[in-house]
Amino acid sequence: MNNGNIALNRKTAGPLKHENKWKEYKTQRDLFIMIIPCMILTFIFSYWPLTGWIMAFEDFRPAKGYFGSPFVGLAQFEFLLKSPEFWKAFRNTVCMSILNLTFGTFFAIAFALLLNEITHISFKRFVQTVSYMPHFLSWVIVCSLIANMLASDGMVNNLLMALGLIDKPILWLGTPQYFWWINTFSTVWKETGWNSIIYIAAMTSIDPALYESCEIDGGSRYTKMWHITLPGIRNTIMVLLIMNIGWLLNASFEVPYLLGNRGLVLDVSQTIDIYVLKYGINIGNYSLATAAGIFKSVISIVLVAGANYMSGKIGEESLL
Amino acid sequence: MGKNNRIKRNSLEPVIFHTVNTLLMLIVVVVMLYPFWNTVAVSFNNAMDTLKGGITLWPRKFTLYNYQTVFKNPLLITATINSVLRTVLATVTGVFAAALVGYVLSRPEFLWRKFATRYFLITMYVSAGLIPNYFLIKDLNLLNNFLVYILPGMVSAFNIIIIRSYMQSLPSSLSEAAFIDGAGHFRCFFQIILPCCKPVLATVALWCAVGAWNSWFDTFIYCSSDDSLTTLQYEMMKMLSSAMQAGSQRSQLSIYGQQFKTVVTNTITPQSMQAAVTVVAAVPILCVYPFLQKYFVNGVTLGSVKG
Repeated sequence: MNNGNIALNRKTAGPLKHENKWKEYKTQRDLFIMIIPCMILTFIFSYWPLTGWIMAFEDFRPAKGYFGSPFVGLAQFEFLLKSPEFWKAFRNTVCMSILNLTFGTFFAIAFALLLNEITHISFKRFVQTVSYMPHFLSWVIVCSLIANMLASDGMVNNLLMALGLIDKPILWLGTPQYFWWINTFSTVWKETGWNSIIYIAAMTSIDPALYESCEIDGGSRYTKMWHITLPGIRNTIMVLLIMNIGWLLNASFEVPYLLGNRGLVLDVSQTIDIYVLKYGINIGNYSLATAAGIFKSVISIVLVAGANYMSGKIGEESLL
Repeated sequence: MGKNNRIKRNSLEPVIFHTVNTLLMLIVVVVMLYPFWNTVAVSFNNAMDTLKGGITLWPRKFTLYNYQTVFKNPLLITATINSVLRTVLATVTGVFAAALVGYVLSRPEFLWRKFATRYFLITMYVSAGLIPNYFLIKDLNLLNNFLVYILPGMVSAFNIIIIRSYMQSLPSSLSEAAFIDGAGHFRCFFQIILPCCKPVLATVALWCAVGAWNSWFDTFIYCSSDDSLTTLQYEMMKMLSSAMQAGSQRSQLSIYGQQFKTVVTNTITPQSMQAAVTVVAAVPILCVYPFLQKYFVNGVTLGSVKG
């Protein structure tokens, strides 16, 4: 209501518009006082560093600063795009992210569907509480736990040996073929419970009358799951998938860095973020690292914009 | 015959389904809990005994020695204090900033509403990346400075949006009544709106706290050369990476092993040390989150629907 009145005033008060506008600013002084410090902080920490992108077009030397360093145009990007190491990092990032996204989504939905069928309320709540637990552990802890489980005398090897499936311990973390799956498993383990929250919430908002009428028509449990529950959360699934595609390249730093930082698996574990860290902080080739960072950011922005467009297309609220 | 069949299906099928489903859920519970439970057992077990292997659910030779060692190590004490400090400060400032901005953006009459909303939202999607951020922190003289734990993450667009959505869902008569009674925006914010927002503030506080407590990367990048600014997670990361570098988790002396060379001959090993620190680093959050469940479940739903 309030809003409407002010908008109306603004329209009708033709000649006094300028003065009126000033008055409005004055009456909102407190709001500006509240928000401007935070806008300044955001400017400093989120917008100002974007000027650092200029490094990617220079042969940057910290001693000479942004303006003193020689300008080299796109040479850094050229080097990057010709470097097999970078393309390997790119491949690893994309593949690990796609694996994470696919299996992460699948397990979250499957878990939500099955949990939804549990009728015993306190057991359901217990399972759900336990399933969130790993989400609250840091990646460092999760990686330590995973490393312990996968050690040569860890639980996984012991179990497999006890079952007679293998006769000597497998070096899980030292074998390149396993690495992507270990990364996916870690993510699934950590986030399945958390990600399922949203699907479970979507399921509770499905009209119970649908289930009743399905039952009357003789539909079985599986018919209900397949034809009512899943379609009922389809929109949620779509939106989350699209949103996550926007985040695709942001998904892989911690597990590859913490568990994959060894010679044996470096070929499959090095992601773009690790590449940036290595060339930027360890080697000190700031320009190249910035260029790699920009490459990633630009792809991310394109993906986010695409995701936003898509979710507008399928009739959901657009994200931005 | 047909009737018979149906009765059979109706009576047996649910039982099988529920049994299988319950079993599956129990497996999920075990898979989620076991790795951590095992670490707790190891952390309470005699370190030399642990080396023999075979510790699963319970400690074989119970001891508190691992924890005593952890809390006698000056570096780990500093790390714990820093972790607690940064968590508390980051949570308080983060929640306050997000609530303040959220309030302003939820006011329909705010002149810059659209612009400011976009201004914050964009930061969710565009980030300058590691190297430019590093130079920014360096130029601001925040390297090896405690403030680097607080300031850069203080204004989070995601938290702002969550809080704004919640405030928008409050009845507008609340604030209107306050304005009619002569309250200004500050008064309205502190005395009317904030107390109504407890659920969403709890959610955001939990997220801020978890994020601050769990982060190691900022210590690693910005403060690694100053031991007085180390954090628990960073110490854990160092332990993990030395264990990883050593190749076999169990057999090598890590930096911590070397640090405790005199003690090693007695009863501490890197593995037990790591287990004890893991528990110390995980327990505070594990004690809190079950009680905040209903808040963050609502928060997640709100965030995804209105994001």
